[in-house]
Amino acid sequence: MSANRFVARLRKSKLLSGRSAVIGVPYAWLLVFFLLPFLIVMKISVSEMETVHFKDLLTYKDGLLQLTLKFSNYEFIAEDPLYFKTYLASLKYAAITTVISLLIGYPFSYFMARAKASLQPALLMMVMLPFWTSFLLRVYAWKGLLGENGWVANLLEWLHVDHLLVAAGLIPALGKFMNTPFSLVLGMVYTYLPFMILPLYANLAKMDLRLLEAAADLGATPWTTFWKVTVPLSKAGIIAGSMLVFIPCVGEFVIPELLGGPETLMIGRVLWDEFFGNNDWPMASGVAVVMILLIIVPLAIFNKYQAEAQEAR
Amino acid sequence: MNGKKPPIFGETFNRRFGKSWLVGGYVFLYLPIVALVIYSFNDSPLPTTWGGFTFKWYGKLVNDTEMLSGFWLSLKVAFFTACASVVLGMFAAFTLVKYKRFFGRTMFTGMVNAPLVMPEVIVGLSLLLMLVSVQRWLGFPERGAATIWMGHLLLGLAYATVVIQARLQDLNPQIEEAAMDLGAKPHQVFYLVTMPMIAQALASAWLLTFTLSLDDVVLSAFLSGPGSTTMPLVIFSRARLGLNPSVNAVATVIIFVVSIAVITASYLIARAERQRAKEIAAAQRS
Repeated sequence: MSANRFVARLRKSKLLSGRSAVIGVPYAWLLVFFLLPFLIVMKISVSEMETVHFKDLLTYKDGLLQLTLKFSNYEFIAEDPLYFKTYLASLKYAAITTVISLLIGYPFSYFMARAKASLQPALLMMVMLPFWTSFLLRVYAWKGLLGENGWVANLLEWLHVDHLLVAAGLIPALGKFMNTPFSLVLGMVYTYLPFMILPLYANLAKMDLRLLEAAADLGATPWTTFWKVTVPLSKAGIIAGSMLVFIPCVGEFVIPELLGGPETLMIGRVLWDEFFGNNDWPMASGVAVVMILLIIVPLAIFNKYQAEAQEAR
Repeated sequence: MNGKKPPIFGETFNRRFGKSWLVGGYVFLYLPIVALVIYSFNDSPLPTTWGGFTFKWYGKLVNDTEMLSGFWLSLKVAFFTACASVVLGMFAAFTLVKYKRFFGRTMFTGMVNAPLVMPEVIVGLSLLLMLVSVQRWLGFPERGAATIWMGHLLLGLAYATVVIQARLQDLNPQIEEAAMDLGAKPHQVFYLVTMPMIAQALASAWLLTFTLSLDDVVLSAFLSGPGSTTMPLVIFSRARLGLNPSVNAVATVIIFVVSIAVITASYLIARAERQRAKEIAAAQRS
């Protein structure tokens, strides 16, 4: 009967209550499948590569427990200018993508939120719908659109935008759009634009319009009201949207692989090549750890704003 | 003194500008989709020249065994991902909305939200290295459908939680409290009161995680083993080599099926919602 008593005691201590199950199941899942793997990556990044597998950190030999830490992966990343350039390029393209997404997405969400109330569900649905269809296929489609004689390539040439892009250094030669920084950024803006629009729209749609009226009553022009009231009030949406675009862009793999050229090396591709090409698991882990260090500040900001948004309601 | 002054920027500042910005944005979002559909009927194998209307790429698709077996695997993984994501996501959303204080809440919130933004190469690599370590230690699991499912579930859990949480936050807690006062046990409150009220969000979360899983490349690449190639992996390896008309045909089929499913589901959900609103209104009248 001791087993029953044990269960009874567990019940009493609330460990078996519905509440702890509701919290415990997803919590345990995340600890095992999200947190633990990161710790293992950190471990492997300082272990030595053997022919097939990485070596254990702790070895027990001749009555001695040995701990072998190997930091040469990190030294290599720090010394080889290729890695430095790649990390820098990843941050640069992610930043450019975020700014362009904000410039397109902010007015978009603004006009969406100020459209007729009856129209808004349909407008929102139309932003969501591409989201439901395959991201991979939509990125692939740009290959054809930007390629020689593609629709967009023809349009850009007809508009003489290519002169502008060459001047900005985004494409190497007139008429060449595919496999350039331009096609890479276009693909990333295209893919992540909905991630900018949705949090901004949610924020702008629930804004109290009486505040804008009050500002107008006090003599502010529409422009001033916009800059002094609307924009500051939508700060949380701007930050959430920007982080939702910036962080995944830093480590993006599929878009650089399909739309980027040889000169637009990004860190996601380097990690992929270290892992699948060179089979160097410790090196790939080292690249991943440095990437995590690069995004840890924006990640913390994102989490803070998410938590605040959750508390605020 | 200065009469009527429409306060909202964008109402004074040219409605036409707002409209054209929206139209431009939607053209940008839909252009690649339209292009895929049109070129799937192109007789010429060159994607940039129009060689007449044809169904031949669809005919080739029926005999494409690599694509078809990838499709079935993707469908299976997506189904189980969606089901598990909704259950775990419901728990996680409940935790975030109802339980404001428990040990490690900040970490829990962080771990639920992080997969939304975390670069997939990192998630895929770390999960794979853990699975390899476990496999060396215990002898299982072999890489295959089950390990792909584990990775997709991590992503699905995050998205499902966001969708369900948004709905839970809008619920009136008084309804649940009333049920509690009338003597319902917590699990009865949940099944009889809360669940029906969030059914719409559960359905959207299921659909969203299903399509996310159906589409995922990076996690699948890390977590698949020999002989477990999902459809996106097949498409990706062909797309890497260049443009391929068979990909356009697959794309059109997927777009067609998904659009019909999403539009039907949102119609059914909206109808159920209206019905419910009517019933609530009737109940309040009587």
